[in-house]
Amino acid sequence: MSSHQSPALQFSNVHYTIDDIAILHNVSGCFPKGKITALVGPSGAGKTTLLKLCNGLLSPTSGSICVNSQPIDQFEPPQLRRHIGMVLQNSPMLKGSVYDNLALPFRLKGEQLTKEEAVNLLEQTGLQRSFLEADALNLSGGQRQKVSIARTLGNQSSVLLLDEITSSLDRTSVQEIETLILRLNKDNGTSVIWITHNLEQAMRVSDYLWVMMNGQVVETGDPSLLDSPANEQVAKFVKGEQS
Amino acid sequence: MSYLTLALTLVFVLIPLLLSKSLGLGLEKDTVIATVRSIIQLLAVGYVLNFVFDSESFLFIFLMVALMIAAATQNARKKGTGIRGVTWKLTLTFVSIELLTQSILIGFNIVPATAQYIISLSGMVVGNSMVLAILFLNRFSAEVESNRDIGELILSLGGTPKQAIHQQLITSIKASMIPTIESQKTIGLVQLPGMMSGQIIAGADPIQAVQFQLLVLFLLLSTAALTSVLLGFLVYPTLFNERMQQIPWK
Ligand SMILES: Nc1ncnc2c1ncn2[C@@H]1O[C@H](COP(=O)(O)OP(=O)(O)OP(=O)(O)O)[C@@H](O)[C@H]1O
Ligand SMILES: [Mg+2]
Repeated sequence: MSSHQSPALQFSNVHYTIDDIAILHNVSGCFPKGKITALVGPSGAGKTTLLKLCNGLLSPTSGSICVNSQPIDQFEPPQLRRHIGMVLQNSPMLKGSVYDNLALPFRLKGEQLTKEEAVNLLEQTGLQRSFLEADALNLSGGQRQKVSIARTLGNQSSVLLLDEITSSLDRTSVQEIETLILRLNKDNGTSVIWITHNLEQAMRVSDYLWVMMNGQVVETGDPSLLDSPANEQVAKFVKGEQS
Repeated sequence: MSYLTLALTLVFVLIPLLLSKSLGLGLEKDTVIATVRSIIQLLAVGYVLNFVFDSESFLFIFLMVALMIAAATQNARKKGTGIRGVTWKLTLTFVSIELLTQSILIGFNIVPATAQYIISLSGMVVGNSMVLAILFLNRFSAEVESNRDIGELILSLGGTPKQAIHQQLITSIKASMIPTIESQKTIGLVQLPGMMSGQIIAGADPIQAVQFQLLVLFLLLSTAALTSVLLGFLVYPTLFNERMQQIPWK
């Protein structure tokens, strides 16, 4: 993939306000196509909000967002959200079995998911087929995260928005998930925006980096910028994360 | 019953008043207000009904029913704060149900088209519809609030607002209908319905009173189902905007 392609997503002067409180302030920048972009920053910086703007779960108060150089509001929301899939931060589970959850994206478009296809989705995330009939509401935090990832993969999105998807996982599982995402990126050219609190993970997996603080983008560029941040705020944040 | 005997029934108000006073329940004021209001409201309705029945004018019947619907809307809309256009949605629900049930009742000649029947049955239909509307709105707002994350999940996977709200809607419709269905299961075993008792006391043949009571029960079952379903489908679209995003209930 050439680096001169149009970006997967482009933000221009995006503001997002709720009840007169500015959550995002003047956000501009792009998410390169076919690349993995890590999105880091302290709690409450506005990372989740930014991700929800990317697939139209929220709309900007002002400013514009383009998907493949087209304004985002020219897409029908369901098509947009299948094209730009999201794994939500809190991994909500539908009442029912793990299978019911994996079948959800298919059911929503009137399709069926065979048991074998469900097992395939599940095993990609490192969960065994025996989990298929398990009650989704009784899963552990880490198991929920894996089911939540597998469920989003059912839509075969070209862009994936990942919100803290490894926060409850053990080291081995983290590695499995990282390998899975890197493989999707390499084999299918899936563009990825990946929120993580783990700066080492950000450096490990990403080709590009956004740093957010207080609703603003303070730095974008090569992930290695975290090694010696020019911005004072970023330097402080990196130091805080290391100690 | 003479007004003297009616006055004697106030003994039944004195008992709770004395109990409230001696046990310090603090319900004296409310009891008195409730008593006075019920006397004034029911007597007023009685005189109005007398007048309407005597006149046999459809204009008055129409006005009475319109008044009932306006009062029911006024009462139920307090539970629907935060829903866009809740007043007209409630009005539309009550009017549709009233029109539908009366057309069936009169169209099939189940009851004669006289003021007595139209007004009494309308009162029951609209009154029950109002209670159902309140039950439904209460439950639906709670379901929507506690399932916001599921709604968001379904939207994020490419679902439509209808798909995102479906389960909450079904749960709320079911929950609001259950009291009506359950109370019909035990009716006659635990207590005689008030209307039937009234008819029997007034001298009607018990079998006829039962037949009429059955008509009312079936009518109210229909009312219950129609109210929650109609209101549900009118209300849910206001919980989303044109970009298929969830908007807060309040
Ligand atoms: N619906 C809302 N109403 C009011 N404030 C909100 C709402 N949603 C988000 N916020 C506020 O916006 C800010 C950014 O929230 P956001 O969830 O985007 O942060 P985040 O960077 O994802 O944080 P974390 O790392 O903890 O997940 C927070 O201060 C939050 O309280
Ligand atoms: Mg977040």
